[in-house]
Amino acid sequence: MSKPYDAIIIGGGHNGLTCAAYLARAGQTVLVLEKRPLVGGATVTEEIVPGFHFTVFSYLVSLLRTEIIQELELVKHGLMLLPFESTLDLAPDGRYLYREADHWKTYRNIASHSRRDAEAYDDYKLSMRHLAHALRQVMNAAPPNLDLAGADRPALADMARHLTDLGEPLLRQFIQLLTMSAADFLAQWFESEIVQAALATSGIIGSMVSPKTPGSALVLLYHYLGEMDGEYRAWKFAKGGTGAVADALASAARAHGAEIRTEAPVARLLRRQDEVTGVVLESGEELQARTVVSSLTPQMSFLRLVGEESLPADFVAQIKHWNSLGSAGKVNLALAGEPEFAAFKGRRDHLAGAFSFNVSLDSYEKAYDEAKFGAYSSAPYIDSGLISMADPDLAPPGSHVMTCFVMYAPYHLKEGTWPEKREAFGQNVVDNLERYIPNIRRILVGMQVNTPWDIEERIGLTGGNIFHGELRLGQMFGRRPAAGTAGYGTPLANYFVCGSSAHPGGAISGAPGRNAARQILQRNNGRS
Amino acid sequence: MPYPTPFYEKIAPLVETNEWRSWSGYKAPVYYDHAHEREYFAFRSSAGLLDVSPLFKYDITGPDAERWANRVFTRDFTRCRVGQVFYTPWCDETGDMIHDGNVVRLAADHLRVTAADPCLAWFDDLAYGLDVTIEDVSEAIAGLALQGPKARQILKQLVRGADLDRLRYFRQTRGSFGGGDVIITRTGYTGDLGYELWVEAGAAGALWDGLFTCGRPYGLLPAGLGALDMVRVEAGLVLIEVDYISARHAVIDGQKSNPLETGMAWAVDFDKGYFVGREALLAHRENPEWQLVGLEVDWFELERLWGAVNLRPKIVGRGTSREAVPVYRADGRGVQIGQATSHLFSPLLKKYIALATLKTPDAAAGARVHLEMTVEYSRYPAEATIVPLPFFNPERKRAVL
Repeated sequence: MSKPYDAIIIGGGHNGLTCAAYLARAGQTVLVLEKRPLVGGATVTEEIVPGFHFTVFSYLVSLLRTEIIQELELVKHGLMLLPFESTLDLAPDGRYLYREADHWKTYRNIASHSRRDAEAYDDYKLSMRHLAHALRQVMNAAPPNLDLAGADRPALADMARHLTDLGEPLLRQFIQLLTMSAADFLAQWFESEIVQAALATSGIIGSMVSPKTPGSALVLLYHYLGEMDGEYRAWKFAKGGTGAVADALASAARAHGAEIRTEAPVARLLRRQDEVTGVVLESGEELQARTVVSSLTPQMSFLRLVGEESLPADFVAQIKHWNSLGSAGKVNLALAGEPEFAAFKGRRDHLAGAFSFNVSLDSYEKAYDEAKFGAYSSAPYIDSGLISMADPDLAPPGSHVMTCFVMYAPYHLKEGTWPEKREAFGQNVVDNLERYIPNIRRILVGMQVNTPWDIEERIGLTGGNIFHGELRLGQMFGRRPAAGTAGYGTPLANYFVCGSSAHPGGAISGAPGRNAARQILQRNNGRS
Repeated sequence: MPYPTPFYEKIAPLVETNEWRSWSGYKAPVYYDHAHEREYFAFRSSAGLLDVSPLFKYDITGPDAERWANRVFTRDFTRCRVGQVFYTPWCDETGDMIHDGNVVRLAADHLRVTAADPCLAWFDDLAYGLDVTIEDVSEAIAGLALQGPKARQILKQLVRGADLDRLRYFRQTRGSFGGGDVIITRTGYTGDLGYELWVEAGAAGALWDGLFTCGRPYGLLPAGLGALDMVRVEAGLVLIEVDYISARHAVIDGQKSNPLETGMAWAVDFDKGYFVGREALLAHRENPEWQLVGLEVDWFELERLWGAVNLRPKIVGRGTSREAVPVYRADGRGVQIGQATSHLFSPLLKKYIALATLKTPDAAAGARVHLEMTVEYSRYPAEATIVPLPFFNPERKRAVL
């Protein structure tokens, strides 16, 4: 048997790679095990239709921690983040809201719906910025456990101080964001329906909630935590698609000496009583490690790789009740030309930004209702963009790849199975797009449909939830993914978690991976 | 591409430099002429004409208009008679400045506010319980600033029915010209004799043409924002987001200012009763932390600085710099006491002048301070004197005939 690794990371998604890179950078011998032929997990770019490179699952970058870009020198390892400055939200009744790079154009565009809202928009962004600023530290550190009597009291006090430093108006707003629905929260700021509807989408992305569901405001806040070059709420396209982010992380990890094995699925953990000592691959190969870190979903990390009989009962109960049911599908289109928007005849400027379809509060609510009862939405909210406008290398010259994030698509269908419904689901998306983009079928030369079932099958996200588990208060901070895991540890010695199901949560942030690595290194230092 | 103002068709062919800036999203020329000083000196020697349509304009109408104004603004509007114009700041509840602007009393129950930034929601929210209507008329009304020593004579050629000889500083009147009716306020941002003319957007072209027909013999020139930015500093007039930051846009509290700190203490009337921010301002009344001051660096000091590297002072023709620079105590220990936010070499005054915000104990008129200046890539402390504002205040600004 070969020499044990200091650390084995299960899963080569962006968080696994981040964790690996940090551990290797600290001098540890590190092995990353990825079941697929390529690294990235949900952060991959793949040539699905010849010549067309799809950002298969995730498609935008916003929450990627600037610390990671700097510390791992991701730019040197190939990361290039391209701007996208505009957002076009299109309502089913023909109205639209266009937010552009120029402040005053956006002001006027909003003012065409409501002058008050045009002014409120600046105030709203500033106050969300204040909150994002205050929560920066929360993102970058392990959260305290809710151990009021014990060792976490100083950390809890520290967190409380951060929040009280906000001052009364912002603290009140923070509490509203933790508890309210996105729609109710936004209605306090804006009077125009389309402005409310456009901003509310940040409160539902990837979550099985409608903007009217209490708790959706928290998802809204989460999406405001993105920061780039000192600007909060900055969204970027990655050159090469999001897969390039994973590639840069993998390159950084390798540069620090980490080993990455693809097509190496892990079957179970090697254990000596309650202590984890390595992993067994599905091939039967055994690999020893002083530390094992899983970036998989809680169900995979514990119920599959460990087995419930080897875990404390209350812990198993929490993992079994972990809510990670998917709510969205991802449809990628190969286009042989530029989409022509009925609302924007003769214009191209909006094509370089993001655009969303079926933007209306009523529309979301109907779409959500259908999904609640086990059907995909007939008129889904579609968040979309031509990634190849930012990076023309992703498609042949003059052609485009269009990414469509489609809500809602429930994991459990009432009738039929996803493999049976997949084709119809994809066609329904194109039908919906056609109402806004009359030429879509004429330029459509290929498509790929990912339902929640496909997301689970292909990249192992249990339930197909893009965040490895819903972003709701009971599943966040010290309870992500279960009470007692706040320091990224688990009930088993030497076994850690570092994926999106750990604090602070999902999206391409790398924060769980980085925080976990720092915790592991701190623990090792303490021990040595 | 920013939006055209109602004067765009007239202006565009005249902008030789093709230098435009976005002013609240409107296309505004920075300079018309490659010889920048021509339009600057038009303001001081003949007359310059500037499109001010991008200002936001609000009509406040109804029986409670005066009560509304007394609630929103820091000045006492019971003293603002019909036909009068008040310049006033307005604050939030913490006394921090949101904006400053002019309020014209067009009638007992009709006020018109002009402001650099949108404030409909703020005004509307503060109308609770009052019988007033707030209307945004920004696009409906076009504005021109006719400023300079010859402004009165030019305007008299064009306008009928207005007694311009007797129209006092910060007063308003109405008249008519070939293209329609015009509201005339004796106001401006130049610190000189001047008027602002307000017409229906549809009459904009006729007003522009009329003014040039009448004004050309008097040397009237179109002027851009570059020239305006020079004369307004000479006039000691602050610019929002440059010399102070609106409380609505400040990211941290330290960026906010109250009117007692921006040279507007005279415009805060504590005796009139409640207004938004009064409580907070009362607490600052005796000891405001900062003061807006003027700084002057004389020619000999400039010669000394550039002479040290064997150059003549190289500062003419740069216009106003909005890059804030530090101001230090003059004792040579490098203790920073504030910052100069707008500064330029005044071609008229032949001095380097700056609007600066200094800590109150260090802001006494006549005191010497050090203003950071850059000479050949290196920074030096320039000897500057604190002077009362404005730097330039000609008698004609307020005079009536």
